[in-house]
Amino acid sequence: MLLALLFSIGWALAAPLLVRAAGRAAGWVLALGPAALFAGFLAAGGTVGPEASIRETAAWVPTLGVEASFVLDGLSLLFALLVTGLGAVIAVYAGSYLHGHRDLGRFYLLFFAFLSAMLGVVLADNLILLFIFWEGTSLCSYLLVGFKHESTPARTSALQALLVTGAGGLALLAGFLLLGIAGGSFELSVLMERGAAIRSHDLYLPAFLLIALGAFTKSAQVPFHFWLPNAMAAPTPVSAYLHSATMVKAGIYLLARTDPILGGTGLWTWTLAAAGAATMLVGAVGALRHTDLKKVLAYSTITALGTLVVLLGLSYGASIKAAIVFLLVHALYKSALFLVAGSIDHETGTRNVLHLGGLRRAMPLTAAAAVLAGLSMAGLPPLFGFVGKELAYKAKLGVENLGWLLPTIAVTANALTVAAAGILVARPFFGRRRTPDGSQVHEAPLGMWVGPVVIGLVGLAFGLVPGLLYAPVSAAVDAVAGEPVDINLALWYGVNTALYLSLATVALGVAAFAGWTPIRYALLRLRRLSRAGPERAYEAGLDGLFRLAAWQTRFFEGGSVRSYLAATFGVIALAVGGTLLLRGGVSLQPAVLLDGLQALPYETGLVAIVGAAALVAARLRSMLLSITSLGVVGLGLALLFVMMSAPDLAMTQFLVEVLIVVIALGVMQALPLAREVEPRGRRGRDAVLAVAVGATVSMLLLAVLRLPFDATVPQYFLEESVPGGFGRNVVNVILVDFRALDTLGEIAVLAVAAVGAFVVLKLGRPARSRLGPPPVPSVVLRAGARLLLALLVVTSLFMLWRGHNEPGGGFIGGLFAASAVVLYLMAFRQARTERLLRVPPRSALGVGLAVAVGSGLVGVALAGAPFLTGQWVAVGTLKLGTPLLFDVGVFLVVVGFTLTIVLSLERVVAGPPQPPQQPLASPEAAAADRQPARLNGGTTEPAEV
Amino acid sequence: MSAAVLLILPIIVPAVTGMLTLLARSFPSAQRVLSLLGTTALFATGGLLLVQVQAGGIQATQMGDWPAPFGITLVADYLSAGLVAVTGFVAAAVAVYALRGIDAEREKFGFHTLFHLLLMGINGAFLTGDLFNMYVWFEVLLIASFVLLVLGNGREQLDGAVKYVGINLVASVSFLAAIGLVYGMTGTLNLADLAGSMQNVRQSGMEATVAMLFLIGFGIKAGLFPLYFWLPASYHTPPAPIAAVFAGLLTKVGIYSLLRVFTLLFPEPTGYTQTVLLVVAGATMLLGAFGALVQRNVLRLLAFLVISAMGYVAMGLGFFTTLGLAGAVFYIFQDIPVKTSLFLMGGLMERETGTNQLGDMGGIYTHRPLLAAAFIVPAFSLAGFPPFPGFWGKLTLVQAGLAAEQWTLVAVALIAGALTLLIVGQVWARAFWRPARNDGLVSNMSAGTRTILQGPVVGLALVLLAVGLYAQPLFDLAQTAAVHLTDTGPYVQAVLGR
Repeated sequence: MLLALLFSIGWALAAPLLVRAAGRAAGWVLALGPAALFAGFLAAGGTVGPEASIRETAAWVPTLGVEASFVLDGLSLLFALLVTGLGAVIAVYAGSYLHGHRDLGRFYLLFFAFLSAMLGVVLADNLILLFIFWEGTSLCSYLLVGFKHESTPARTSALQALLVTGAGGLALLAGFLLLGIAGGSFELSVLMERGAAIRSHDLYLPAFLLIALGAFTKSAQVPFHFWLPNAMAAPTPVSAYLHSATMVKAGIYLLARTDPILGGTGLWTWTLAAAGAATMLVGAVGALRHTDLKKVLAYSTITALGTLVVLLGLSYGASIKAAIVFLLVHALYKSALFLVAGSIDHETGTRNVLHLGGLRRAMPLTAAAAVLAGLSMAGLPPLFGFVGKELAYKAKLGVENLGWLLPTIAVTANALTVAAAGILVARPFFGRRRTPDGSQVHEAPLGMWVGPVVIGLVGLAFGLVPGLLYAPVSAAVDAVAGEPVDINLALWYGVNTALYLSLATVALGVAAFAGWTPIRYALLRLRRLSRAGPERAYEAGLDGLFRLAAWQTRFFEGGSVRSYLAATFGVIALAVGGTLLLRGGVSLQPAVLLDGLQALPYETGLVAIVGAAALVAARLRSMLLSITSLGVVGLGLALLFVMMSAPDLAMTQFLVEVLIVVIALGVMQALPLAREVEPRGRRGRDAVLAVAVGATVSMLLLAVLRLPFDATVPQYFLEESVPGGFGRNVVNVILVDFRALDTLGEIAVLAVAAVGAFVVLKLGRPARSRLGPPPVPSVVLRAGARLLLALLVVTSLFMLWRGHNEPGGGFIGGLFAASAVVLYLMAFRQARTERLLRVPPRSALGVGLAVAVGSGLVGVALAGAPFLTGQWVAVGTLKLGTPLLFDVGVFLVVVGFTLTIVLSLERVVAGPPQPPQQPLASPEAAAADRQPARLNGGTTEPAEV
Repeated sequence: MSAAVLLILPIIVPAVTGMLTLLARSFPSAQRVLSLLGTTALFATGGLLLVQVQAGGIQATQMGDWPAPFGITLVADYLSAGLVAVTGFVAAAVAVYALRGIDAEREKFGFHTLFHLLLMGINGAFLTGDLFNMYVWFEVLLIASFVLLVLGNGREQLDGAVKYVGINLVASVSFLAAIGLVYGMTGTLNLADLAGSMQNVRQSGMEATVAMLFLIGFGIKAGLFPLYFWLPASYHTPPAPIAAVFAGLLTKVGIYSLLRVFTLLFPEPTGYTQTVLLVVAGATMLLGAFGALVQRNVLRLLAFLVISAMGYVAMGLGFFTTLGLAGAVFYIFQDIPVKTSLFLMGGLMERETGTNQLGDMGGIYTHRPLLAAAFIVPAFSLAGFPPFPGFWGKLTLVQAGLAAEQWTLVAVALIAGALTLLIVGQVWARAFWRPARNDGLVSNMSAGTRTILQGPVVGLALVLLAVGLYAQPLFDLAQTAAVHLTDTGPYVQAVLGR
C-alpha cells in the first residue's frame, strides 16, 4: 500500500511533464496511473475476505507514536477502488474539459496529489497518519477550488472551504489525540479491540464530539454545509471528483471506520441521526432553490451525505449495509451527473437550467448517460439507485424507538431529490429546444462523454445484478460492523413497507418537479427571511474577528516610544513588585535600615546628594542644567566608588562622565535649549511609574542583602590573581584574564556602537547649530591643549602599562588618551585634529578587536589550550603575557570608539554645510537591480566604515 | 578537533569574518565572498559541533583554562549545538541572498561586518554557560541589530529602531537586575553551578520574583506578551536579509535563554510561575495571530506571526514536561528556517510586485510559480499543516498539553493555528492568486539576480519539506535536548565535573 501511495505521489509529480509530452492525448495518458492502481487494488481485493485484512507497517516517527502503517480491509478496499476508479475516469474527462488550458500541468499535479492524499486517508491505520492525509486533502482541495484563481469568488470560496474543513481538522486532531490517550494507541486496528473500554473512558465524550466535528465539517453536515455549494467555483472535474465522490466522503469514511470504536452509544446515534436528518432536509430544500446545475448537484450531495450520516448513526447491520450500498450508488450517479453538467456547460456556455432544454438530440450520448444517472438518483428500478434507496428505507424502518419521524424525513428528502433529478436531467435534455443564444450545439468530445456513459452503464449493471457487489460490500460491512454480518443484495425484495415508501417518494417527487417554479419562488422569498443561516454566522464571525483583531492591535501597537516605555516599566513594577508582595521574600525593617545608614554617614550624605541631583535633572526645563545635574549624579557615584575603595571603577566612571558631558554639549548645539512641558497627567503617570519601579528595585536589594553572601568565587580571584594571572590588580586580571570573554564581547559592543554612531551621523541631516558659528577657541586653551595632549597621552600609556598591577588598565588608559584628543579637538577644531591623527579613529576599532582576538588565539595555536588562556614569558624580572596584549586591544577599541563618536558628532554640528540626505531606499522598494548612487555629494571624505 | 576548539569556533569564525570584511571595506565583491565563506565555515563548524555532541555527549570548555565555576564556561548540549548548526545554515542562506539583496550603500557602511558580529553574539548566547556572559552576548547582538536597523537611516527605520533599542535596553536592565540578585544570593554566575545553588533563593521566598525578572528580560527579547510591541514596530523596516536574520534568530535567542535559565535555575516550577508562563504563552499565540490578521504590510504581518510562534514555544516550557520541552525545542529548530525563508520571501514578493502592501500585490502564482511553490512550505508549516515541520512541532505540543491536562491552552493553540491558516490563506489569495495589478509584475530583475535571490528561498523550502517528511532525526535531537533540560545532571557533570 505504501508502494501504491508512492506510485501515486510520483505520478502526481510527473504529471506536468506527462502533460507536456502527451499533448492532445494528455487525459488518456494520465488516466493510466489511477487505472493501474485500480487494477492493483482489484487484484488485491481477491485476498481481502470478510475476515482477512492486509496490514503493512513501517517506522516513521515512532517517538510520537506515528507509524507508517496501512490496512487494507473491506472498507478501505471499497474506498480505494472508488478513489482510483473514478480518478481514472475523471482524469480522462479533465483532459478534454480543460484541453489547452495554460495550467493543465499544475491541474494534474494537484489532482493526483489529492488522489494520493485521499488514498492515504482510506488506507492509513495510524490515526495521526490518517490526519496528515486528511489535511492533505483539504490543502489540495483548497488549491483546486481556487484553480480559476483570477476570479474573486473562486478565491473566496477556496479560503472558506479551507477554513471550515481546516478548523474541523484541528478539532479532529485533538479528538484523535484524546482517543489515543483513552485507547493507549494510535493504531486503528488496536483501538478496535479496545472499543468497549474506550466508550466507558472519561475522555470518550470529548473525543467523540471532536472527531464528529471533524467528520461533519469535511462531509458538509449542517451547520457546516455552506462551504460545499460555494466550492462549486472549482472546475467541474474537481467538483465531480472531490466534492461529490471522494473528499466529502472522507467524513463518512471516518465515521464508518470509527464505528466499532466509538459507535453504538446513545450519544453516537443521536448526534449522527440529528445532524444527518437536518442535513438531508436542508440539502433537499436547497437543491430546489437553485437553477445552476452545479448548485443543484451540490445541495443534493449534501442530502446524500446527510442520509449516509443517519445510516451510520443507526449503526446496526442493516443500516451499515444500506450506508455502504448507498455510498456506492451516490458516488456513481453523482459523479456522472457532474460530468454531464460540465459537458453541458462546455458545449452551451451556461449551467442555468432555465436557459436549457431539448439537448437530447444534439447530445445523444451525454443525454443517455444523464438519463441512466438521473434514474438512479431518483431511485427507480432497475437502476442501482433503487437498491440503495430500498435498503435505506428498510434500515430506517428497522429502528424501533424513533417511530415514523426518520422515515418521514427520509421520504420528504428523497422526494425532493427525485424532483432535483428531474431538474438536472429532464429540464436540459427534454422538452422544447433551448440554448442561451439559440446557436447550434454539438455532442461533447469523446473524452467527455465516455466517462459518464461508462459510469451510467456500471450503475445499470449493478442494479440488474446486485450480486456482483456481494463480496466487496459484505467485506466493507463487516469491517464497519466489526463483526461478520449476514447480507444479501437483490433488486427486488418483494412487496413491503419500503416499497410503499418508494412509491410515495416517486409520486411526491414528480409532483414537486411539476410544481418546481412556484416552489422555487416561494423558497427564494423564504431565503430573505433566513438571513440568520450558518453562512451568515460564518461571515459575521469572521467580520467580528477582524474587528476585534483591529481593535486589539490598535490598543497594543498605536503607541510612541514613550508610551511603550511606560507600559514596559508598568509591567515590570506590576509583575516583579507584585510577585514580591504576593510571594513574600521581603521584610522591611526600618530600624535595621536606619542603623545601617547611621553607620555610614558620608555614604548616606553622598547618596542624598545624588538623589537630589537626579530629582533636579528630572524637574528642570533647561537641557543644559539637566545635563549638568546628571553630571553631578555621575560624579557622586564615582565618589561612592572611591569610598568603597574601588579606584578602577571610580576612575572609569569619572572619565566617562567627563566625556558624556562633552558629547552631550556637542549634541546640545543641535537641540532645543528647553524641553517641552509635558501634560500634568503624563508627568503624574511617569512619577508613579518611577516610584513604583524604584521601590521594587529597592525592596529586591534589601531582600538580597538579608542573605549571607557566598564569597567562594571572589575569594578564588583574590587568591589566584598573582600566582595564576601574574597581576596584583584583581579587577584588571578579571577583565583581561578570568573573564576576558566578557571583555571581548563588550569591546565588540563598543566597536559596533561606534560604527552605528558614525553611520547615523554620516547619513543624518546636518543640524544647524542653534548657537551660531562656533567661537574661536581662546589662545590659553590652545596653548594648554598642546601641553595637556602630550601629558595625557603619556599618562594613558602609563595607565595601560601599570594596569595589571596597579589601578589602571586598557579601559582607563583608553579613556585618558581619548580625553586628550577631545581636548585638542575643542582647541583646534575638527580639521586639525584629523590631521593630527593621520588615520581615521575607526581603524583602531578593527585593529583593537583583532589584537584582542589574536591574543586569545595564541594559546590555542601554541599549546592547544582553551581560547584566551594566558601565555607568559619572563623577560628578566618582568612577566609578559597575552592578557597584556589583550588589554592593548581594549585600549585601542576604547580610543577608537570615543574618537569616532566625538569626531562624527563634531562634523555634524560644526562641520561645513551639507546638502540634505535622502534616506537609503531599500532594494525591495526600489524593485530594481543595484544601481550604485553616490550618497554623499561633496562631503569631506569618502563614506565608508 | 578538540572540544575546546570546536566550542569557540562558532564565536571566533564570525568575529574573524567580520574583521576581514571590515578590512575589505573598499571591495564589495570581496566582502560578499568573505561573507559567504564565513557563513559556510560557520555552518560547517556548527555541524561538526553537533556531530561531536551526538558522539561524545555534552561538551564544555573553560575559557582561559580557569576551572568552572570561576572562569567562563562554554557548553554545547544538544539544544545549543543544534541551534548553532541551524544558525549557520540560515546564515549561509541569507549570505547567498545578500549577494544581490543588499544595496551598495549598506554594504559600504558595513552590512557584512555587522551581520557577522551579530552572528557572533547569537552563537555566544547559545553556547555560554555563564549568566553574565550571556548578558554580554545579548548586548553584542542588541547593538549589532540596532545598527543594522538604522543602516538605511530612513525616518521609519529610525523610528522603529528607537523603539527597538529603547524597549530592549529595558529588557537588558531587567536581565541585569536578575543577574545581580542571583549573584548576590548565590555568589556564582556559572549556570551549572547555579543549578545546585538555588536552594538558598528558594528558601528565601524570592524564587518567583527572580523568575519574573528573567521572564521580563528574556520575554521582551523573545517577543512574548505583553511586551512584544517593539517587534512589529521595527522588523518590517530593514531590507529582507536583515529582517530575515532578525526574525529567524533574534527572538530565538530570547526564548532559548528562557528555556536554559528556567530549566537550570527553577527546575521545580512553582504553580505561580507556571501559571504566569502559560497565560503569557496563550496570550502571545492569540494576540500575535490577531495582529497579523489585520496587517496590510506583508512584512509587518510576518512580524506578528513571529510573535505568535513564540507563544507555542513558551507553552512547551510552561507544561514543563519532557514532551512539552521536546515540542518547544523542535518548534524552535524548525521555526528558524521557516521565519528566515518567509522574510526573504517577503522581500522577493516586494521586489517582484513593487509594493509591500498586500492589497496591491498579485500575480505571483501565474508569473513566478517556483516562488509560489516555495511559499507554500514555510507558510503552511507556520499554520501547522502536515506534512510540513510546523505540524510536528504543534502535534508534540498539543500532545504534551493533553497529557498535562491543560485543556484551555490546547484549545488556544488550536484556535491560533486556525487563525494562522486564515492569515496564510489570505496572503496566498491576495499576493499569489489574484491577478497582478497591471497585467504583469513590475520587477526588472535579471535572470541571474532572480536565481540568486530565489535560490536560498527554494533551498530552505526543500530542506523544510524534507524535515517534514522525515521528522524522526530532528525529533530525536529535540527529544534528547529535552531530556537534558529536564534532567540537568549531565549538563552539570560536563561543566563542573561532578
